Amino acid sequence: MIFIALLFIPRILSIHDLMLFEYGITFAIVGLGFNLLLGYTGLLSFGHGAYFAAGAYSVAMIAKYLPQAYSLEILIPAALFFSLVLSIIFGFVCVRHTKIFFSILALSLSMLLYALLFKLYHITGGSDGLRVTLPTLFGMSFKGIRRPEFLSGTYYYFLLGMFSVSFLVMKGIVSSPFGKALQAIRDNEVRAELIGIRVRRYRLYAFMISGMFVGLGGALWTFVNGHVTADLSHWVFSGEIVYMTLLGGFGIFEGPIIGAMIFTYLKLYAMGNTQYWMFVIGATLIVLVLILPNGVAGAVSSLWTKIKLKSD
Amino acid sequence: MLAIDNLKKHFGFVKAVDDVSLNIEEGEIVSIIGTNGAGKTTLVNLISGYIKPDSGRILFFDKDITYASPYVRIKLGVGRSFQLIQLFGGITVLDNVRTALFSKYGMIRRGLLSADRYSSVTEEAIKILDNFNMSDKKNLTPKGLSEGDLKILDIAIAFALKSKLLLLDEPTSGVATSDKFKVMDSIVSAIKKEGISTLIIEHDMDIVSGYSDRVVVMHEGRIMAQGKPDEIMENKEVKATVFGIVS
Repeated sequence: MIFIALLFIPRILSIHDLMLFEYGITFAIVGLGFNLLLGYTGLLSFGHGAYFAAGAYSVAMIAKYLPQAYSLEILIPAALFFSLVLSIIFGFVCVRHTKIFFSILALSLSMLLYALLFKLYHITGGSDGLRVTLPTLFGMSFKGIRRPEFLSGTYYYFLLGMFSVSFLVMKGIVSSPFGKALQAIRDNEVRAELIGIRVRRYRLYAFMISGMFVGLGGALWTFVNGHVTADLSHWVFSGEIVYMTLLGGFGIFEGPIIGAMIFTYLKLYAMGNTQYWMFVIGATLIVLVLILPNGVAGAVSSLWTKIKLKSD
Repeated sequence: MLAIDNLKKHFGFVKAVDDVSLNIEEGEIVSIIGTNGAGKTTLVNLISGYIKPDSGRILFFDKDITYASPYVRIKLGVGRSFQLIQLFGGITVLDNVRTALFSKYGMIRRGLLSADRYSSVTEEAIKILDNFNMSDKKNLTPKGLSEGDLKILDIAIAFALKSKLLLLDEPTSGVATSDKFKVMDSIVSAIKKEGISTLIIEHDMDIVSGYSDRVVVMHEGRIMAQGKPDEIMENKEVKATVFGIVS
């Protein structure tokens, strides 16, 4: 039912709100990937902006250097591939540690990528970034169409399709035997090793899958945004990914999706109304930690159980 | 099946396990008793591969596993439970056992179909829980279980790995006295059904004499005496050092 409602959203929302909604969807995919690590494997990464940047720059670089391959059906696999490669390299280093050491390693590696993207001005555009034009899709060209029209038409449905696939694939992963093994590692790595799970290897698998989802989110995001900059790999952006996941609640599968949506609107309205928008974000974070440790989704679901118990 | 030859492990000046030789036969239930610091847990840690010995040899079905990793030993069939319970706290009782089964069958790489689709594994997990009288609690997480049930679940996980040798480190510690026999009954009946060899570390003499075929007494890293439970209870030396009774 929710899915059918989603199909009609472009007719209901103004183009401005629709764009925000599309930002939200791309971040929801990012959140799903991020939470495989945080919620299901127990690893908090402060460097997931790197994989987002990997996906986004895959698109932007192909636009610049390989324009003949600039169509969505090539761009998406390419983004998945490059974010996978990056997460294998970075993940290989990171999963050797856990807890704060893991977080800091992930952060430093993402800052390394940031430095590269920032300094290699002639290749990556440095702080100016790269422009992302409209791609083709299965031979369909969108020449002459303006970005808002593209976003409210074909692209919205493409995005929705990608989101649905991501949602179902991730749902499958977390409830599969593989997902159970990850949760076992999260709960007790000593015992996990002693029931025959190769803990480090499975952490790396989780890292790779997580990186691919985040990379996919990054690639899809570029078309909505129209522009990529090195800031995507900066730890501040990685922090936003962490924040939206906490906001929605990492203990619940749908939590990061809800968090991504709320965060997108919250950030924009906070930025629109005050220049101290960071203050708003910080204050909500404190409220979250103190009052809603399970995030918005966690609070709603526990409220729902209470109501159900009472009515029984 | 298990043969330990002259096993040694020293921690600095402490001779935790000092020249221990011990055999365990198939289907045998052996208890180790001894005062605190006698080296019981160190011995179990050495057998399960948690720590490596200084010298000596451990043979399991004639295969040398002295320096094998815990992973290899588990694959060969050496399972253990822990004195301090080691469980997966965030997933259900059923999933605790099921994950062990998936791991045993090499199915944890399967990442797309829901675990519930593998109904034969789920049924087997429920059967194991049934053996331990736990199947009615399968949808709870470990947070909702009593201390005794946690102990049983810890052992059920080791059991699910189809261990041929189970090492149980104080299976009844922390369990209320009134529940101890209930816990041991369900553990031992499940073990006997499968004919699994078992090495139990235990302090409670009623349990030791009630459930084991053979008792091994350890003192200061060495085996002081071994034999049938009633023989050991009458051994003067054991009485003096372990129970503090001088007659």
